[in-house]
Amino acid sequence: MFLATGIAQDSANALTEPDRGDQQAVTVLGLVNYVEPWWIQIVKSLAIFLVIFALLPILIVYERKLLGPASRTATAPNRVGPFGLMQPLAEIVKFATKEPSRPTTSVGFLYRLAPAIAILTAVGSLAIIPFGGVQNIFGTPVGPVRDRRLDRPPLYVFALAGISFYGIMLGGWASGSKYAFLGAMRGAAQLISYEVAQGLALLGVVITAQTLSLTGIVHAQGNIWFFLPQIVGFTIFMIASFAETNRAPFDLVEADSEIIGYFAEYGGTAFVAYLFAEYANMIVVSGIAVTVFLGGWLMPFGIHPPGWVDPIVVLVKIAIVLTFFIWIRATLPRLRYDQLMSFGWKVLLPLATLNAVVTAIVVVS
Amino acid sequence: MSYDPGDDVIQVVREPAPGPAAGAYRAFGETLRGLKTTFSRIVEGPTTIQYPEEKVPVYPRFRGRHKLHRFEDTGLEKCVGCSLCAAACPADCIRVVSPENTPENRGSAGERYAAGLRDQPEPVHLLRLLRGSRARLTRSRWGTTTDASDYTRSDPDLHQGDAARRVD
Repeated sequence: MFLATGIAQDSANALTEPDRGDQQAVTVLGLVNYVEPWWIQIVKSLAIFLVIFALLPILIVYERKLLGPASRTATAPNRVGPFGLMQPLAEIVKFATKEPSRPTTSVGFLYRLAPAIAILTAVGSLAIIPFGGVQNIFGTPVGPVRDRRLDRPPLYVFALAGISFYGIMLGGWASGSKYAFLGAMRGAAQLISYEVAQGLALLGVVITAQTLSLTGIVHAQGNIWFFLPQIVGFTIFMIASFAETNRAPFDLVEADSEIIGYFAEYGGTAFVAYLFAEYANMIVVSGIAVTVFLGGWLMPFGIHPPGWVDPIVVLVKIAIVLTFFIWIRATLPRLRYDQLMSFGWKVLLPLATLNAVVTAIVVVS
Repeated sequence: MSYDPGDDVIQVVREPAPGPAAGAYRAFGETLRGLKTTFSRIVEGPTTIQYPEEKVPVYPRFRGRHKLHRFEDTGLEKCVGCSLCAAACPADCIRVVSPENTPENRGSAGERYAAGLRDQPEPVHLLRLLRGSRARLTRSRWGTTTDASDYTRSDPDLHQGDAARRVD
C-alpha cells in the first residue's frame, strides 16, 4: 500500500498528460475521471491497512472456531474475553514478550529482514484491491488506485508475489538450519510452480474483460460475474491460491505437524510476522478472487446500493472466500511433495493454458 | 529378463486403475463428499462439554464423595475412629484422627462398642460414598482436602443432581 502510494506520487506527472486510449477506455467502462488529493491517499491507505490488520486476529479466531467442530479435534479457545475473541491479543502479548534469539549459524541481517519482506509484500498487495467505485465524500473524490497511476495491477500483484518468495527463501536460508532450508526450498519450488498457473488463470478473465485494470474488470462483470463463464479459470485460480498462500492442502511449506518449515528457527515477533503475512496473503488473494471472479463490489440480482455499502460488500465477499479457505483446510489432507509438483505442472498448468487459449478463441471468434 | 518368483507367489487382486472419468470423480467427487462431511459437522457444532459451566447428569450409582453418617436418634457420629476405612480405601485418601469423647462434648458413640451394647461390631455403614454425588471441583491442588465436618454436614450443594438420586 505504501509502495503503491509512492508509485502514485511518482507517476502523478503522467496523470496530467492526455491519453486517448485511456479516455476511450473511460468512455467504454463508465469510469469517472478523477484526481484525488494527496492526503486522501494517505488516509485511504491507513484506513485499509488498519481495517485489514484488525481483521487478521478475527480471522485467526474464526479459523479456529470453524476448524474445531469441522475436524472434530478440539474446541476453539474460549477462555479469553467473550467467546475467546481476545485470544490472539493474549498470544501476541505472549509472543512479543519472548526473548529475541537467533541460531549461532544464522545470518543476522537477512534473518531479521526476511519476515519484514514477507509482511511488506503481503500488505503491499492490498493496495490494488478495489473496495468500491469512485465516491464523492464531502466534495472530495475517493476511489480505488487509479489505473494510470498503478499500471497493470495484476502484474503488480505477481511482482510482489515474486518478492514475497524472498521472504520465505531468505528466512529459510539465513536461519542456518537444514530443516528451515529444506522447508524454504520446498516453498520456493511450490510458489514458482503455482504462480504460473495462477497467472494463466487470470489471463482468461483479462481476455474476457479486455482490460488489465481491476476496476475495469469489475465494471465488465455488470451482466454476469466472471466465475461462471470462467469456471475453469476460477477453479484453477483458487487451487493455485491455496498453494500460493501455503494453505492446506498445499501447506507443506510450513507443515505444522512436521518439523520442516522455513520458519523453524523463528520465534517471538518474527514468527508472528510470518503468521500475519500468511493470513494477510489469504486476505489479498481472496480480495483478488472477489475482484476478478466474484464481481467486486457489485451486488447480485441487480441491486444497486448506495456507494458507502461497496466496501462492506467487498469485505463480506472476502469473508465468504476466506470461509472456503478454512473449509478446505478442515477437509483435505496435505499433499505429498511429488504429488504437489506433478499436480501443478502436469494438471494445473496445461489446464490453465488451455483455458486461456479457448477463452481467446471464443472472444475473438 | 525379469525375476521369476515361482509358483508360490501370492496374487494380489487390485481394482483396475481409474480411467479419466473415474479419476476425475476421485479428484472432485470425493473432495466434494469430504467438504459435505466437514460442513455438516460445522453446522452440527462442537460436541465438547465445557465441564465447569456445562454438566452432564450424574448417573444414580455414580459415587463422587464420602459421607460420614450419624445416628438418627442421638445425632452422634457412627464413626468410632477404628481406621479400618483408611486401611481399606483403595485410593488411600482417608486419614482418621479421632478426638476423645468428653462428658461435656460427646461426638461419637464409641463407648457403645466398649460396653458391648452394639450388636453389630463391624464398622459398616458408617462411611459411605454418596450416590449421585459429584467429585469436588477446585482450582487448587489441596482444594479437595477436607475434614470430617464436611462429610457429616448435610450439604445442600453436595447434590448437584435431583434429590431423588440420594440413595444412602
